[in-house]
Amino acid sequence: MTESVSFPQDRTCPYQPPAAYEPLREASPLSRVTLFDGRTAWFVTGHAEARALLVDPRLSSDRLHPAFPTTTERFAALNERRTELLGVDDPEHNTQRRKVIPGFTLKRTAALRPMIRRTVDGLLDAMVATGPPADLVTAFALPVPSMVICALLGVPYDDHDFFEEQSRRLLRGPEPADTQHARDQLDGYLGKLIDHKVREPGDGLLDELIEDQLRTGGMDRTELVRMAVLLLVAGHETTANMLSLGTFTLLEHPERLQELRADLSLMPAAVEELMRFLSIADGMLRVATEDIEVAGTVIRAEEGVVLATSLINRDGSVYPDADVLDWHRSARHHVGFGFGIHQCLGQNLARAEMEIALGALITRLPGLRLAAPADRIPFKPGDTLQGMLELPVTW
Amino acid sequence: MNISIDGDRCIGSGQCALTAPGVFTQDDDGFSELLPGRADGGGDPMVREAARACPVQAISLED
Repeated sequence: MTESVSFPQDRTCPYQPPAAYEPLREASPLSRVTLFDGRTAWFVTGHAEARALLVDPRLSSDRLHPAFPTTTERFAALNERRTELLGVDDPEHNTQRRKVIPGFTLKRTAALRPMIRRTVDGLLDAMVATGPPADLVTAFALPVPSMVICALLGVPYDDHDFFEEQSRRLLRGPEPADTQHARDQLDGYLGKLIDHKVREPGDGLLDELIEDQLRTGGMDRTELVRMAVLLLVAGHETTANMLSLGTFTLLEHPERLQELRADLSLMPAAVEELMRFLSIADGMLRVATEDIEVAGTVIRAEEGVVLATSLINRDGSVYPDADVLDWHRSARHHVGFGFGIHQCLGQNLARAEMEIALGALITRLPGLRLAAPADRIPFKPGDTLQGMLELPVTW
Repeated sequence: MNISIDGDRCIGSGQCALTAPGVFTQDDDGFSELLPGRADGGGDPMVREAARACPVQAISLED
Protein backbone atom coordinates (compact mmCIF):
# COMPACT_ATOMS: atom_id res chain seq x y z
CA MET A 1 0.00 0.00 0.00
CA THR A 2 1.30 3.46 -0.90
CA GLU A 3 1.22 5.94 1.97
CA SER A 4 3.18 8.78 0.46
CA VAL A 5 1.05 10.01 -2.44
CA SER A 6 -0.42 13.42 -1.72
CA PHE A 7 -3.84 14.65 -2.83
CA PRO A 8 -4.64 16.77 -4.75
CA GLN A 9 -1.94 17.02 -7.41
CA ASP A 10 -1.69 18.96 -10.65
CA ARG A 11 -2.50 17.27 -13.91
CA THR A 12 0.35 17.05 -16.42
CA CYS A 13 -2.06 16.99 -19.36
CA PRO A 14 -5.26 18.94 -18.67
CA TYR A 15 -7.54 16.10 -19.77
CA GLN A 16 -5.69 13.22 -18.09
CA PRO A 17 -5.71 12.28 -14.40
CA PRO A 18 -2.49 13.35 -12.62
CA ALA A 19 0.33 10.95 -13.48
CA ALA A 20 1.21 10.89 -9.77
CA TYR A 21 -2.04 8.94 -9.09
CA GLU A 22 -0.92 6.05 -11.30
CA PRO A 23 0.27 3.82 -8.40
CA LEU A 24 -3.07 4.41 -6.67
CA ARG A 25 -4.93 3.44 -9.81
CA GLU A 26 -3.07 0.14 -9.70
CA ALA A 27 -3.88 -0.25 -5.99
CA SER A 28 -7.59 0.06 -6.87
CA PRO A 29 -10.26 0.05 -5.54
CA LEU A 30 -9.07 1.60 -2.26
CA SER A 31 -5.80 3.18 -1.12
CA ARG A 32 -4.57 6.02 1.08
CA VAL A 33 -3.51 9.58 0.35
CA THR A 34 -1.99 12.36 2.42
CA LEU A 35 -3.75 15.73 2.54
CA PHE A 36 -2.12 19.18 2.67
CA ASP A 37 -2.39 19.32 6.47
CA GLY A 38 -0.63 15.99 6.97
CA ARG A 39 -3.82 14.05 7.67
CA THR A 40 -4.49 10.91 5.67
CA ALA A 41 -7.68 9.81 3.95
CA TRP A 42 -9.03 6.84 2.05
CA PHE A 43 -8.77 7.23 -1.73
CA VAL A 44 -11.52 5.42 -3.62
CA THR A 45 -10.82 4.65 -7.28
CA GLY A 46 -13.18 1.70 -7.96
CA HIS A 47 -16.45 2.50 -9.75
CA ALA A 48 -18.65 -0.04 -7.94
CA GLU A 49 -17.16 0.87 -4.54
CA ALA A 50 -17.62 4.60 -5.20
CA ARG A 51 -21.27 4.19 -6.21
CA ALA A 52 -21.97 2.09 -3.12
CA LEU A 53 -20.23 4.59 -0.84
CA LEU A 54 -21.88 7.64 -2.38
CA VAL A 55 -25.36 6.30 -1.55
CA ASP A 56 -24.31 5.16 1.95
CA PRO A 57 -25.80 7.38 4.70
CA ARG A 58 -22.87 6.46 6.98
CA LEU A 59 -20.69 8.69 4.78
CA SER A 60 -21.28 12.32 5.68
CA SER A 61 -20.85 15.59 3.75
CA ASP A 62 -20.89 17.66 6.94
CA ARG A 63 -17.96 20.01 6.49
CA LEU A 64 -18.23 21.10 10.11
CA HIS A 65 -17.26 17.59 11.25
CA PRO A 66 -13.78 17.85 12.81
CA ALA A 67 -12.54 14.88 10.77
CA PHE A 68 -13.92 16.16 7.45
CA PRO A 69 -11.05 16.05 4.91
CA THR A 70 -10.00 19.30 3.25
CA THR A 71 -7.73 19.79 0.27
CA THR A 72 -6.26 23.24 0.85
CA GLU A 73 -5.96 25.77 3.63
CA ARG A 74 -8.19 28.18 1.72
CA PHE A 75 -11.07 25.69 1.43
CA ALA A 76 -10.61 24.69 5.10
CA ALA A 77 -11.06 28.39 5.92
CA LEU A 78 -14.60 28.27 4.48
CA ASN A 79 -15.64 25.50 6.85
CA GLU A 80 -15.96 27.70 9.91
CA ARG A 81 -19.62 27.98 9.00
CA ARG A 82 -22.01 25.58 7.37
CA THR A 83 -22.32 25.21 3.60
CA GLU A 84 -25.92 24.96 2.43
CA LEU A 85 -26.97 21.92 0.42
CA LEU A 86 -23.46 20.62 -0.44
CA GLY A 87 -22.37 20.41 3.18
CA VAL A 88 -25.59 19.12 4.73
CA ASP A 89 -26.71 15.51 5.28
CA ASP A 90 -30.20 14.02 5.08
CA PRO A 91 -32.84 14.54 6.29
CA GLU A 92 -31.99 18.26 6.31
CA HIS A 93 -30.41 18.08 2.87
CA ASN A 94 -33.54 16.55 1.43
CA THR A 95 -35.67 19.37 2.82
CA GLN A 96 -33.32 21.98 1.32
CA ARG A 97 -32.98 20.30 -2.05
CA ARG A 98 -36.72 19.97 -2.53
CA LYS A 99 -37.06 23.74 -2.43
CA VAL A 100 -34.84 24.17 -5.49
CA ILE A 101 -35.59 21.04 -7.55
CA PRO A 102 -38.53 22.56 -9.50
CA GLY A 103 -36.16 25.08 -11.14
CA PHE A 104 -33.97 22.36 -12.65
CA THR A 105 -36.28 19.68 -14.02
CA LEU A 106 -35.92 18.23 -17.53
CA LYS A 107 -38.99 20.17 -18.65
CA ARG A 108 -37.73 23.49 -17.29
CA THR A 109 -34.33 22.87 -18.83
CA ALA A 110 -35.81 21.97 -22.21
CA ALA A 111 -37.74 25.25 -22.17
CA LEU A 112 -34.44 27.13 -21.76
CA ARG A 113 -32.92 25.66 -24.93
CA PRO A 114 -33.98 28.49 -27.28
CA MET A 115 -32.49 31.07 -24.89
CA ILE A 116 -29.26 29.05 -24.64
CA ARG A 117 -29.15 28.82 -28.44
CA ARG A 118 -29.58 32.60 -28.83
CA THR A 119 -26.87 33.24 -26.23
CA VAL A 120 -24.44 30.88 -27.97
CA ASP A 121 -25.16 32.32 -31.44
CA GLY A 122 -24.76 35.88 -30.19
CA LEU A 123 -21.37 35.13 -28.65
CA LEU A 124 -20.19 33.32 -31.78
CA ASP A 125 -21.32 36.28 -33.92
CA ALA A 126 -19.27 38.61 -31.74
CA MET A 127 -16.25 36.32 -31.85
CA VAL A 128 -16.37 36.09 -35.64
CA ALA A 129 -16.84 39.86 -35.93
CA THR A 130 -13.71 40.64 -33.90
CA GLY A 131 -11.48 37.64 -34.68
CA PRO A 132 -9.60 35.52 -35.42
CA PRO A 133 -7.84 34.97 -33.09
CA ALA A 134 -9.73 34.82 -29.80
CA ASP A 135 -9.33 33.59 -26.25
CA LEU A 136 -12.10 31.04 -26.16
CA VAL A 137 -12.32 31.21 -22.35
CA THR A 138 -13.22 34.92 -22.21
CA ALA A 139 -15.08 35.06 -25.54
CA PHE A 140 -17.20 31.92 -25.18
CA ALA A 141 -16.60 29.30 -22.48
CA LEU A 142 -17.20 31.65 -19.55
CA PRO A 143 -19.90 34.00 -20.95
CA VAL A 144 -22.17 31.18 -22.22
CA PRO A 145 -22.94 29.68 -18.79
CA SER A 146 -22.64 33.03 -17.08
CA MET A 147 -25.33 34.60 -19.29
CA VAL A 148 -27.52 31.50 -19.04
CA ILE A 149 -27.43 31.28 -15.24
CA CYS A 150 -28.09 35.03 -14.99
CA ALA A 151 -31.17 34.70 -17.18
CA LEU A 152 -32.35 31.64 -15.24
CA LEU A 153 -31.86 33.16 -11.77
CA GLY A 154 -32.80 36.73 -12.66
CA VAL A 155 -29.35 38.17 -11.90
CA PRO A 156 -28.28 41.16 -14.04
CA TYR A 157 -25.53 40.05 -16.43
CA ASP A 158 -24.13 43.59 -16.29
CA ASP A 159 -22.64 42.58 -12.92
CA HIS A 160 -20.73 39.66 -14.41
CA ASP A 161 -17.23 41.12 -14.01
CA PHE A 162 -17.87 41.38 -10.28
CA PHE A 163 -19.36 37.94 -9.62
CA GLU A 164 -17.01 36.12 -12.00
CA GLU A 165 -14.02 37.65 -10.23
CA GLN A 166 -15.42 36.76 -6.79
CA SER A 167 -16.17 33.20 -7.96
CA ARG A 168 -12.61 32.91 -9.20
CA ARG A 169 -11.27 34.05 -5.82
CA LEU A 170 -13.70 31.76 -3.98
CA LEU A 171 -12.43 28.73 -5.89
CA ARG A 172 -8.80 29.65 -6.51
CA GLY A 173 -7.84 32.04 -3.73
CA PRO A 174 -4.91 32.15 -3.63
CA GLU A 175 -5.07 32.92 0.11
CA PRO A 176 -7.60 31.79 2.76
CA ALA A 177 -8.47 35.46 3.22
CA ASP A 178 -9.45 35.60 -0.48
CA THR A 179 -11.91 32.71 -0.30
CA GLN A 180 -13.58 34.08 2.82
CA HIS A 181 -13.69 37.64 1.51
CA ALA A 182 -15.03 36.49 -1.88
CA ARG A 183 -17.78 34.51 -0.18
CA ASP A 184 -18.71 37.53 1.94
CA GLN A 185 -18.76 39.74 -1.17
CA LEU A 186 -21.07 37.31 -2.97
CA ASP A 187 -23.32 37.03 0.10
CA GLY A 188 -23.52 40.83 0.22
CA TYR A 189 -24.21 41.17 -3.50
CA LEU A 190 -26.95 38.54 -3.65
CA GLY A 191 -28.41 39.72 -0.34
CA LYS A 192 -28.87 43.20 -1.82
CA LEU A 193 -30.25 41.80 -5.06
CA ILE A 194 -32.78 39.65 -3.17
CA ASP A 195 -33.87 42.62 -1.02
CA HIS A 196 -34.37 44.62 -4.21
CA LYS A 197 -36.38 41.79 -5.76
CA VAL A 198 -38.59 41.60 -2.67
CA ARG A 199 -39.59 45.21 -3.40
CA GLU A 200 -39.61 44.90 -7.20
CA PRO A 201 -40.18 41.30 -8.31
CA GLY A 202 -38.71 40.10 -11.61
CA ASP A 203 -39.19 36.80 -13.39
CA GLY A 204 -36.19 34.65 -12.47
CA LEU A 205 -35.80 31.58 -10.29
CA LEU A 206 -34.71 33.82 -7.38
CA ASP A 207 -38.02 35.67 -7.71
CA GLU A 208 -39.86 32.35 -7.65
CA LEU A 209 -37.96 31.31 -4.52
CA ILE A 210 -38.83 34.65 -2.90
CA GLU A 211 -42.51 34.08 -3.70
CA ASP A 212 -42.72 30.35 -2.90
CA GLN A 213 -40.18 30.03 -0.09
CA LEU A 214 -39.19 33.35 1.50
CA ARG A 215 -42.74 34.74 1.74
CA THR A 216 -44.16 31.47 3.08
CA GLY A 217 -41.41 30.95 5.65
CA GLY A 218 -40.04 27.91 3.78
CA MET A 219 -36.63 29.61 3.67
CA ASP A 220 -35.24 32.48 5.70
CA ARG A 221 -33.22 35.26 4.08
CA THR A 222 -29.86 33.79 5.10
CA GLU A 223 -30.65 30.39 3.57
CA LEU A 224 -31.97 31.97 0.37
CA VAL A 225 -28.90 34.22 0.00
CA ARG A 226 -26.50 31.31 0.54
CA MET A 227 -28.46 29.14 -1.86
CA ALA A 228 -28.37 31.94 -4.46
CA VAL A 229 -24.58 32.20 -4.11
CA LEU A 230 -24.24 28.46 -4.61
CA LEU A 231 -26.51 28.45 -7.68
CA LEU A 232 -24.73 31.41 -9.26
CA VAL A 233 -21.18 30.11 -8.68
CA ALA A 234 -21.85 26.44 -9.45
CA GLY A 235 -24.02 27.53 -12.37
CA HIS A 236 -21.24 29.15 -14.35
CA GLU A 237 -17.80 27.97 -13.16
CA THR A 238 -18.41 24.28 -13.76
CA THR A 239 -19.85 24.54 -17.26
CA ALA A 240 -17.24 27.15 -18.24
CA ASN A 241 -14.53 24.62 -17.39
CA MET A 242 -16.28 21.88 -19.37
CA LEU A 243 -16.55 24.15 -22.42
CA SER A 244 -12.91 25.27 -22.36
CA LEU A 245 -11.42 21.89 -21.51
CA GLY A 246 -13.95 20.12 -23.75
CA THR A 247 -12.94 22.27 -26.73
CA PHE A 248 -9.23 21.77 -26.02
CA THR A 249 -9.80 18.01 -25.83
CA LEU A 250 -11.73 17.98 -29.12
CA LEU A 251 -8.96 19.96 -30.84
CA GLU A 252 -6.42 17.47 -29.52
CA HIS A 253 -8.51 14.56 -30.90
CA PRO A 254 -9.13 15.68 -34.51
CA GLU A 255 -10.66 12.37 -35.60
CA ARG A 256 -13.21 12.46 -32.81
CA LEU A 257 -13.93 16.10 -33.64
CA GLN A 258 -14.44 15.29 -37.30
CA GLU A 259 -16.75 12.43 -36.42
CA LEU A 260 -18.85 14.74 -34.29
CA ARG A 261 -18.99 17.47 -36.94
CA ALA A 262 -20.19 14.93 -39.48
CA ASP A 263 -22.97 13.68 -37.22
CA LEU A 264 -24.27 16.08 -34.59
CA SER A 265 -26.73 13.44 -33.36
CA LEU A 266 -23.69 12.05 -31.50
CA MET A 267 -23.62 15.21 -29.37
CA PRO A 268 -25.55 13.90 -26.30
CA ALA A 269 -23.31 10.81 -26.19
CA ALA A 270 -20.23 13.00 -26.68
CA VAL A 271 -21.25 15.19 -23.74
CA GLU A 272 -21.54 12.12 -21.48
CA GLU A 273 -18.19 10.82 -22.69
CA LEU A 274 -16.53 14.21 -22.12
CA MET A 275 -18.03 14.31 -18.62
CA ARG A 276 -16.56 10.87 -17.97
CA PHE A 277 -13.21 11.60 -19.59
CA LEU A 278 -12.55 15.07 -18.15
CA SER A 279 -13.84 14.67 -14.58
CA ILE A 280 -13.39 18.38 -13.88
CA ALA A 281 -14.47 18.09 -10.23
CA ASP A 282 -11.70 15.64 -9.44
CA GLY A 283 -12.29 14.47 -5.87
CA MET A 284 -15.46 14.22 -3.80
CA LEU A 285 -14.90 14.54 -0.06
CA ARG A 286 -16.72 12.74 2.77
CA VAL A 287 -16.21 11.61 6.36
CA ALA A 288 -17.36 8.25 7.78
CA THR A 289 -19.68 8.51 10.76
CA GLU A 290 -19.69 4.75 11.38
CA ASP A 291 -17.46 1.84 10.35
CA ILE A 292 -18.14 0.85 6.74
CA GLU A 293 -16.88 -2.35 5.16
CA VAL A 294 -15.92 -1.95 1.53
CA ALA A 295 -13.89 -4.22 -0.77
CA GLY A 296 -12.68 -6.30 2.19
CA THR A 297 -11.43 -3.24 4.07
CA VAL A 298 -13.06 -1.30 6.88
CA ILE A 299 -13.31 2.47 6.68
CA ARG A 300 -13.47 3.44 10.34
CA ALA A 301 -15.77 6.02 11.82
CA GLU A 302 -14.12 9.47 11.82
CA GLU A 303 -11.91 8.67 8.83
CA GLY A 304 -11.87 10.94 5.79
CA VAL A 305 -12.69 9.64 2.32
CA VAL A 306 -11.70 11.08 -1.07
CA LEU A 307 -13.64 9.68 -4.04
CA ALA A 308 -11.29 10.11 -7.01
CA THR A 309 -13.64 11.15 -9.80
CA SER A 310 -11.09 10.96 -12.64
CA LEU A 311 -10.00 7.41 -11.75
CA ILE A 312 -13.49 6.13 -10.91
CA ASN A 313 -14.54 7.32 -14.37
CA ARG A 314 -11.66 5.38 -15.89
CA ASP A 315 -12.24 2.11 -14.08
CA GLY A 316 -11.37 -0.43 -16.79
CA SER A 317 -13.83 -3.00 -15.45
CA VAL A 318 -16.69 -0.64 -16.37
CA TYR A 319 -15.18 1.31 -19.26
CA PRO A 320 -12.99 -0.86 -21.54
CA ASP A 321 -10.02 1.15 -22.95
CA ALA A 322 -10.97 3.76 -20.39
CA ASP A 323 -8.23 6.18 -21.46
CA VAL A 324 -9.59 6.35 -25.01
CA LEU A 325 -12.14 8.99 -25.97
CA ASP A 326 -14.99 7.16 -27.72
CA TRP A 327 -18.44 8.55 -28.58
CA HIS A 328 -19.79 5.04 -29.15
CA ARG A 329 -19.13 3.59 -25.74
CA SER A 330 -21.78 3.76 -23.06
CA ALA A 331 -20.38 6.48 -20.82
CA ARG A 332 -23.59 6.35 -18.81
CA HIS A 333 -23.12 5.84 -15.05
CA HIS A 334 -20.01 8.03 -14.90
CA VAL A 335 -19.74 10.00 -11.68
CA GLY A 336 -18.76 13.28 -13.35
CA PHE A 337 -21.88 14.87 -11.86
CA GLY A 338 -21.38 12.96 -8.62
CA PHE A 339 -23.71 10.24 -7.34
CA GLY A 340 -25.96 9.90 -4.30
CA ILE A 341 -28.05 12.64 -2.73
CA HIS A 342 -25.57 15.38 -3.68
CA GLN A 343 -25.51 14.62 -7.41
CA CYS A 344 -25.36 17.89 -9.36
CA LEU A 345 -28.64 19.80 -9.17
CA GLY A 346 -27.93 21.55 -12.48
CA GLN A 347 -26.84 18.52 -14.48
CA ASN A 348 -29.68 18.72 -17.00
CA LEU A 349 -29.00 22.40 -17.61
CA ALA A 350 -25.28 21.68 -17.95
CA ARG A 351 -25.96 18.96 -20.52
CA ALA A 352 -28.14 21.30 -22.58
CA GLU A 353 -25.50 24.04 -22.47
CA MET A 354 -22.68 21.69 -23.48
CA GLU A 355 -24.64 20.11 -26.33
CA ILE A 356 -25.72 23.44 -27.76
CA ALA A 357 -22.48 25.38 -27.19
CA LEU A 358 -20.02 22.74 -28.38
CA GLY A 359 -22.27 21.74 -31.30
CA ALA A 360 -22.61 25.33 -32.50
CA LEU A 361 -18.91 26.11 -32.00
CA ILE A 362 -17.62 23.22 -34.10
CA THR A 363 -20.14 23.64 -36.92
CA ARG A 364 -19.92 27.43 -37.13
CA LEU A 365 -16.09 27.37 -37.17
CA PRO A 366 -14.98 24.38 -39.28
CA GLY A 367 -11.39 25.63 -39.29
CA LEU A 368 -11.19 25.98 -35.49
CA ARG A 369 -7.69 25.22 -34.17
CA LEU A 370 -5.32 26.12 -31.35
CA ALA A 371 -3.44 29.38 -31.86
CA ALA A 372 -0.55 28.29 -29.59
CA PRO A 373 1.31 25.02 -29.02
CA ALA A 374 -0.93 22.74 -26.92
CA ASP A 375 1.72 22.21 -24.25
CA ARG A 376 2.10 25.98 -23.73
CA ILE A 377 -1.55 26.69 -22.96
CA PRO A 378 -2.05 27.20 -19.22
CA PHE A 379 -4.64 25.21 -17.30
CA LYS A 380 -5.86 25.17 -13.73
CA PRO A 381 -3.91 23.64 -10.85
CA GLY A 382 -5.09 20.39 -9.22
CA ASP A 383 -6.56 22.01 -6.12
CA THR A 384 -9.64 23.44 -7.83
CA LEU A 385 -12.09 22.66 -10.65
CA GLN A 386 -10.15 21.55 -13.73
CA GLY A 387 -10.27 23.64 -16.90
CA MET A 388 -8.23 25.93 -19.14
CA LEU A 389 -6.95 29.28 -17.85
CA GLU A 390 -6.74 30.54 -21.43
CA LEU A 391 -7.58 28.97 -24.76
CA PRO A 392 -6.06 30.86 -27.69
CA VAL A 393 -7.82 29.73 -30.88
CA THR A 394 -8.00 30.75 -34.50
CA TRP A 395 -10.18 29.58 -37.42
CA MET B 1 -41.97 -6.61 -14.19
CA ASN B 2 -43.25 -4.28 -11.50
CA ILE B 3 -41.59 -0.89 -11.03
CA SER B 4 -41.85 1.07 -7.82
CA ILE B 5 -40.44 4.50 -6.99
CA ASP B 6 -39.60 5.59 -3.46
CA GLY B 7 -40.90 9.17 -3.52
CA ASP B 8 -39.29 10.01 -0.17
CA ARG B 9 -35.83 9.26 -1.52
CA CYS B 10 -36.28 10.84 -4.97
CA ILE B 11 -34.12 13.98 -5.39
CA GLY B 12 -35.63 15.00 -8.70
CA SER B 13 -32.46 14.52 -10.74
CA GLY B 14 -34.57 13.35 -13.68
CA GLN B 15 -32.12 10.59 -14.63
CA CYS B 16 -34.86 7.98 -14.94
CA ALA B 17 -36.89 10.15 -17.32
CA LEU B 18 -33.74 11.02 -19.25
CA THR B 19 -32.73 7.36 -19.62
CA ALA B 20 -36.13 5.73 -20.21
CA PRO B 21 -38.50 8.54 -21.30
CA GLY B 22 -41.04 5.96 -22.48
CA VAL B 23 -41.63 4.79 -18.92
CA PHE B 24 -40.66 7.56 -16.48
CA THR B 25 -41.50 11.25 -16.32
CA GLN B 26 -40.95 14.10 -13.86
CA ASP B 27 -43.85 16.00 -12.30
CA ASP B 28 -43.66 19.81 -11.98
CA ASP B 29 -42.04 19.53 -8.56
CA GLY B 30 -39.36 17.35 -10.13
CA PHE B 31 -40.43 14.04 -8.65
CA SER B 32 -40.20 10.88 -10.66
CA GLU B 33 -43.46 9.34 -11.86
CA LEU B 34 -44.41 6.37 -13.98
CA LEU B 35 -46.21 7.22 -17.20
CA PRO B 36 -49.83 5.96 -17.22
CA GLY B 37 -49.97 2.22 -17.84
CA ARG B 38 -46.20 1.77 -17.61
CA ALA B 39 -45.84 0.37 -14.08
CA ASP B 40 -44.84 -2.91 -15.74
CA GLY B 41 -42.12 -1.23 -17.79
CA GLY B 42 -43.92 -1.97 -21.08
CA GLY B 43 -41.01 -4.17 -22.13
CA ASP B 44 -38.69 -1.14 -22.43
CA PRO B 45 -35.10 -2.41 -22.33
CA MET B 46 -33.93 0.90 -20.83
CA VAL B 47 -35.82 0.41 -17.56
CA ARG B 48 -32.92 -1.40 -15.90
CA GLU B 49 -30.49 1.28 -17.03
CA ALA B 50 -32.84 3.93 -15.64
CA ALA B 51 -32.96 2.20 -12.26
CA ARG B 52 -29.17 1.96 -12.25
CA ALA B 53 -28.87 5.64 -13.22
CA CYS B 54 -30.94 6.80 -10.25
CA PRO B 55 -28.42 8.54 -8.00
CA VAL B 56 -30.32 7.65 -4.84
CA GLN B 57 -31.41 4.16 -5.92
CA ALA B 58 -35.05 5.06 -5.43
CA ILE B 59 -36.31 2.76 -8.20
CA SER B 60 -36.89 -0.92 -7.49
CA LEU B 61 -37.78 -3.57 -10.01
CA GLU B 62 -39.51 -6.85 -9.32
CA ASP B 63 -39.59 -9.49 -12.02
